[in-house]
Amino acid sequence: MTSLELARWQFGIVTLYHFIFVPLTIGLAFFTAWAQTKWYRTDQEKWLRATRFWGKLMLISFALGVATGIVQEFQFGMNWSDYSRFVGDIFGAPLAMEGLAAFFVESTFLGLWLFGWGRLSKKIHLTTIWLVSFSTALSAYFILAANSWMQHPVGYEMVDGKAELTSIWAVMTNSTALYAFAHTILAALLTGGMVIVAISAWHLLRSNETGVFGSSMKMVLPVLALSGVLTLVVGHFNGVLMTEQQPMKMAAADAVFETEDGVGLSLFATGDMKSNPEGVNRNIQVPNLLSFIMTGKPQSEVEGVNNLNEEYQQKYGPGEYAPIVAVAYWSWRVMLGCGFLLAIFGVIGWYLARKDRLEQSTRFLKVAVPTAFLPFVASAAGWIFAEMGRQPWVVFGLLKTEFGVSPNVSSTEVWISLIGLTLLYGVLAVIAGKVFFRVAGQGPKTEDQEDAEQPHLGMAY
Amino acid sequence: MDEYTTLQVIWFILISVLWIGYFVLEGFDFGVGILMKLIGRNEPEKRAILHSIGPVWDGNEVWLLVAGGATFAAFPEWYATLFSGFYIALLVILVALIVRNVAFEFWGKGSTEAWRNRWEWGIAIGSLVPALLWGVAWANIIAGVPIDAEAEYTGTFFTLLNPYALLGGLATLSIFFAHGALFLELRTEGEIRERARSVAVRATIAAAAISAVFLAWTLAEQSPLDVGSAICAVLAVIGLLAAIFYARQSPGRAFGGTCAAIAFFFIALFIDLFPNTMVSSTSPDFDMTLNFSSSSDYTLTVMTVVAVLLVPVVLLYQGWTYWVFRRRLSAEDFGDVRTPLDLLDQRKKEVGDGPGPGPGTGRESSGP
Ligand code: HDD
Ligand code: HEM
Ligand code: HEM
Repeated sequence: MTSLELARWQFGIVTLYHFIFVPLTIGLAFFTAWAQTKWYRTDQEKWLRATRFWGKLMLISFALGVATGIVQEFQFGMNWSDYSRFVGDIFGAPLAMEGLAAFFVESTFLGLWLFGWGRLSKKIHLTTIWLVSFSTALSAYFILAANSWMQHPVGYEMVDGKAELTSIWAVMTNSTALYAFAHTILAALLTGGMVIVAISAWHLLRSNETGVFGSSMKMVLPVLALSGVLTLVVGHFNGVLMTEQQPMKMAAADAVFETEDGVGLSLFATGDMKSNPEGVNRNIQVPNLLSFIMTGKPQSEVEGVNNLNEEYQQKYGPGEYAPIVAVAYWSWRVMLGCGFLLAIFGVIGWYLARKDRLEQSTRFLKVAVPTAFLPFVASAAGWIFAEMGRQPWVVFGLLKTEFGVSPNVSSTEVWISLIGLTLLYGVLAVIAGKVFFRVAGQGPKTEDQEDAEQPHLGMAY
Repeated sequence: MDEYTTLQVIWFILISVLWIGYFVLEGFDFGVGILMKLIGRNEPEKRAILHSIGPVWDGNEVWLLVAGGATFAAFPEWYATLFSGFYIALLVILVALIVRNVAFEFWGKGSTEAWRNRWEWGIAIGSLVPALLWGVAWANIIAGVPIDAEAEYTGTFFTLLNPYALLGGLATLSIFFAHGALFLELRTEGEIRERARSVAVRATIAAAAISAVFLAWTLAEQSPLDVGSAICAVLAVIGLLAAIFYARQSPGRAFGGTCAAIAFFFIALFIDLFPNTMVSSTSPDFDMTLNFSSSSDYTLTVMTVVAVLLVPVVLLYQGWTYWVFRRRLSAEDFGDVRTPLDLLDQRKKEVGDGPGPGPGTGRESSGP
């Protein structure tokens, strides 16, 4: 394999891995802060124990998020040096701001929260966890602004073959970034919420700590239901926006090859085993639905892959401008499928919680446990869709991926880092998974156990 | 064309400050990490040692991340050439940092001796490797590496392992080791403190000797001698000598000495590097100047505004963290055998020390 292909594999692997922990941390930090607020307000012991229990899981996720984030910060220079030279003027700024504005707050106040039990006043201690929660979201905003610039470059001009920033405001308020941020934060709430619901359900099924877990579930379910539904809504408008900004990505997502009026929504399609099969062999469709979803009018026009390809060849020169259609098509469907299931699940859960029937609904509790994997699958699919659907571009319309890779890094070197990081991440996944499930399975500590472990320290080391 | 503009110089200085902040702060984390196995004899002692850096190491590491991000934003060419060039070395550092990070978190999350032992090795090696390799990397940046007209690194990983650079690595390793020992002496009580003291006394001597040789070599390579760089090199050595002098009686002053030494050590190197970001050993024509490496004026201006607004705030709350966790730690705080009476005692002590009876246990809060 060429160093380009290897670098792409490496980027995909380490970034998707990082993103297992990202939404989990953002979600859990929020719910931990909320549980602690409830404790602060009501002084009920169950909320204290809930705070410490969810906080502990958040810490495990946070630790891995930080560890894998370090690679993220440096790999642009390592594997994508020409990309870095090309976009540095623009892309580096949000990345540096992310560090200054968010990572510093995140890590410092997490340390204060973790070791501050018993040392800080209740109010200040509560403030620290909210600052952590807030800054995880802020860091997401900056990095998504950077990524959105690659999806939809704004606020720049080309000088000597490089992109130069002309308006930081335009980059920070890029429509793509605002949608991506809303979508990602909702996805994070879904992820953290679903994990809490699943672990709570597991314990409730065993009638374990019903106080802590019943209350946690009731706290989370309304948020889960709302963010589930809102993810669909925001995702839909995100798709409409993408149709405008990267019509090729959305054409591939729906396997529309020829520009037509009144296009149906494809449910299941097959094509030749090629990156761009230029047509479908079999296609089960709901008539006119795609046109309707995209524009609100059943008869409107949808551009097709083949027509767009011709258009781009005229504009950008010869070449293939379609992504791997099957990847775009299926990753898109996986994300949507997970999204609908999660929204339905959340709404049912909320209903049961309002009727106070959670603990009796064993079927719901049993379904909850495996459902917790769906948000992770959806996020991975979402990124695969967003990133691979943009190919062959790394910066849409400006720089092709093949010209972004480091010219002086040999494929041997990339092999070494690819294998090394993949092995390391694999081992970490096993260990972290074990620790996570063990802590989750043990449930919250009782007072006596906490005392035996020195209350103010038990949580840390 | 000028070699640099004012904004570029400001950013060169800011990036130097970020690296120096990283080395001063994470330097003692590295030292403590290496020492944990050497000084800690049993679990409570190791726990006390870990707790001395527990609340702060993550915040300290962010200095590195921001240094990286700021280099990307202000000098993209530098970021690109350096990190793609030092590929394998950087990979090794990243792997070590990852292992170390998760080792900190997972050490206490298992109950067997074997589990903890494995993570202790992770902490030790994960601290030692970067402490050594950062020195190697910076020595290479100063001395120059093969770079072509395209600003691409043309050497290999082994090009970086030359005697001068390895000595630079030993210098940073020994300084951070001494720095960490002094930090432990400052932050602990009891037997751990005694052992840290005896390590610190010897380690500061080694650090001073190795650094003096390395800095002398650095100055000898300069032609003509850079006076600013020479003054800082001397100050760095004086800092280490002061640390030797105070290591036994006054760890606070000695620690101040190593802090200053690390700062001046790197200032000497940064002055040497200025006004370049990378020096080419292939031809002086291929040296990468600040001007060549830098972002546009507009980006630098934006980043300057952001830095001026945020850096003071960061310093304030990080400083506050050190204040909150100023109490000395000892193994007794972490002993296994506790009776409820001990706990009550302990809590009284805490209350006297902290801002008030905090949310220590469920019992306090759930009581009527
Ligand atoms: C939508 C959110 C999001 C996305 C797309 C990314 N990250 Fe991330 N990152 C976070 C959200 C986040 C976070 C929530 O803030 C983390 C995860 C867990 C954590 O502890 O902080 C984090 C941690 C984290 C850290 C460690 C910070 C620390 O020590 O506190 C670094 C250096 C990065 N990330 C860098 C990156 C880069 C360069 C990315 C682009 C490829 C990236 N992240 C994608
Ligand atoms: C957490 C956020 C991100 C995720 C989850 C993500 C995910 C992915 C995935 C799945 C791929 C596809 C790999 C492949 O095609 O084989 C990819 C490729 C890539 N992405 Fe992203 N990405 C993220 C953010 C970014 C950002 C911020 C950049 C900024 C430079 C970026 C740059 C690239 C590059 C250069 C490639 C390589 C081209 C390619 O392989 O297709 N990505 N990313
Ligand atoms: C039916 C529901 C959904 C729709 C219509 C939808 C729509 C979209 C669209 C159009 C994109 C591409 C944006 C781009 O290319 O830049 C995207 C990306 C993404 N989606 Fe979804 N999505 C849905 C559900 C979900 C769910 C449930 C999750 C996770 C829990 C999720 C996670 C993501 C992520 C992480 C990305 C990449 C980041 C981004 O570009 O925003 N999505 N989604």
